[in-house]
Amino acid sequence: MTETVAAGAPVGAPPKSDQDALAIELSGVTRRFVSPEGKVIPALRDFNLQVRRGEFVAVVGPTGCGKSTTLGLITGLAKPSAGTVKVYGQPVEGIDPRIGFVFQADAVFPWQSVLQNVAAGPLFRGEPKEQALAKARDWVRRVGLAGFESHYPHQLSGGMRKRVALAQTFINEPEILLMDEPFSALDVQTRALMQDELLQLWSGNRASVVFVTHDIEEAIGLADRVFVLTKGPATVKCVYDIDLPRPRNLSEARYSPRFVELSRQIWRDLQSEVTL
Amino acid sequence: MNAEASSPVQDEIARIERDAKQAVKRRWQLVYFLRIAILVAILGGWELAGRMKWIDPFFYSMPSDIWGQLHTWFTEGTAQGPLWQQVLVTLEETTYGFLIGSVLGVICGIVLGRNRFLADVFSIYIKVANSIPRVVLGSIFIIALGLGMASKVALAVVMVFFVVFANAFQGVREADRNLLSNAYILGASHRQVTFSVVVPSAMSWILASLHVSFGFALVGAVVGEFLGSRQGIGLMIATAQGSFNAAGVFAAMIVLAVVALAAEYLLTHLENILLKWRPPQFMEQGH
Repeated sequence: MTETVAAGAPVGAPPKSDQDALAIELSGVTRRFVSPEGKVIPALRDFNLQVRRGEFVAVVGPTGCGKSTTLGLITGLAKPSAGTVKVYGQPVEGIDPRIGFVFQADAVFPWQSVLQNVAAGPLFRGEPKEQALAKARDWVRRVGLAGFESHYPHQLSGGMRKRVALAQTFINEPEILLMDEPFSALDVQTRALMQDELLQLWSGNRASVVFVTHDIEEAIGLADRVFVLTKGPATVKCVYDIDLPRPRNLSEARYSPRFVELSRQIWRDLQSEVTL
Repeated sequence: MNAEASSPVQDEIARIERDAKQAVKRRWQLVYFLRIAILVAILGGWELAGRMKWIDPFFYSMPSDIWGQLHTWFTEGTAQGPLWQQVLVTLEETTYGFLIGSVLGVICGIVLGRNRFLADVFSIYIKVANSIPRVVLGSIFIIALGLGMASKVALAVVMVFFVVFANAFQGVREADRNLLSNAYILGASHRQVTFSVVVPSAMSWILASLHVSFGFALVGAVVGEFLGSRQGIGLMIATAQGSFNAAGVFAAMIVLAVVALAAEYLLTHLENILLKWRPPQFMEQGH
């Protein structure tokens, strides 16, 4: 059942020719944590991941296998114990401003209004206030929160807070987008809406995306390729090409035979990892 | 659901609402009445006990004597000068102590909160200093700084500092890691993260402690005045104690209580403005 990446770019991704077009590359990465008492806890072992420019990659695996750790390595907030992590061919050093990150839990600032939250990125990066706020207003409108600019996060629903987080991330026009189970805290209906929203925003900016999730159907619906991980310490078990056509209508695509087949295959792979 | 819905139903609803509002109103009337009744009972009982000599008014005073003392102070001033001047002196000492102590407490809290190493080094000293009853330092300050305002301000500072520091420290340490990571990824520098994320996030803690510490500053100022001073409410109490003027002690307590309540009210107001982004405590969080 272990296959490596199939040749040929998936439908929907811009044409590539060579290795240098890799946006993200993890080679032979091992990540070990040292607990405060000095115990070594391995999270990833011999991990390989490649993301081409403009490609949407999903990473699924059993809970606690180390999926989120891979994202931390790409941002530069964590360093690998062995192996290399490269972004656009260069090893990762510190935080790359081209990277955007959407967290699982709410990471919008509770003491700032929606508008201030969305404008945070540009303001941190030194843009003049008027310009940052104007951009923020535009993005607030684009995620469908027009009229809520002066609201505080606690006054919004979970889905609306997620949209603020998306706007906050997309306003920086990231070339690489990392998402750590962003919708798993939402109810099912809101999740479906947010998936559509994400695809729409992504089609506008075509960043290279790494989307971590435990929801197989979410992974298949959104991604061009799905990496399936083993249980911790994780390594890549297999990779699936998702050859569903884009643009995707998620509510219909999930019932197509190809979708169901993929779903069955991936679940079978995961099942053997989840059960002992 | 139509405009001319069945009248009897509407009337019924209106009647129920009226009754409910009446019930609420009556309940509050009862509460207010009982509050006043208790006050009257206590003051009345006290006065009666004093006049009938069931308790000795020399030692325990009576409401009428206390009132008389307050009246004298208002019209003729205290032994040290006009009443407003004593209150002002105490307030000044309290406010200076509060401001200096809070600023120092917040700064040290943030510095040690952000710097793990410094925190580990200093934590034991802070713990020791914290466990000594701080009012005891009052005597040292009197010796070192004299009978003037400085010694009272110093004592107030010490009372305030440890409380505010502990809260600021905790607030900084508890800043949500996700918020910090988010800020870094959005492009914030280390300094920007401290001021734009860590400080606002610690604000709830800091403001909660400010509320309490104004009270401590007042205690510091008054106790300092007990120990040795030329003016202030604390001195009024000490003087009254020295001349066995029970009414004076009670009257001064009342003055202090009014000052403390006024400050509490203002601080609550300030807190509500600064923390309007917080979800209201009594509401349940939805979703």
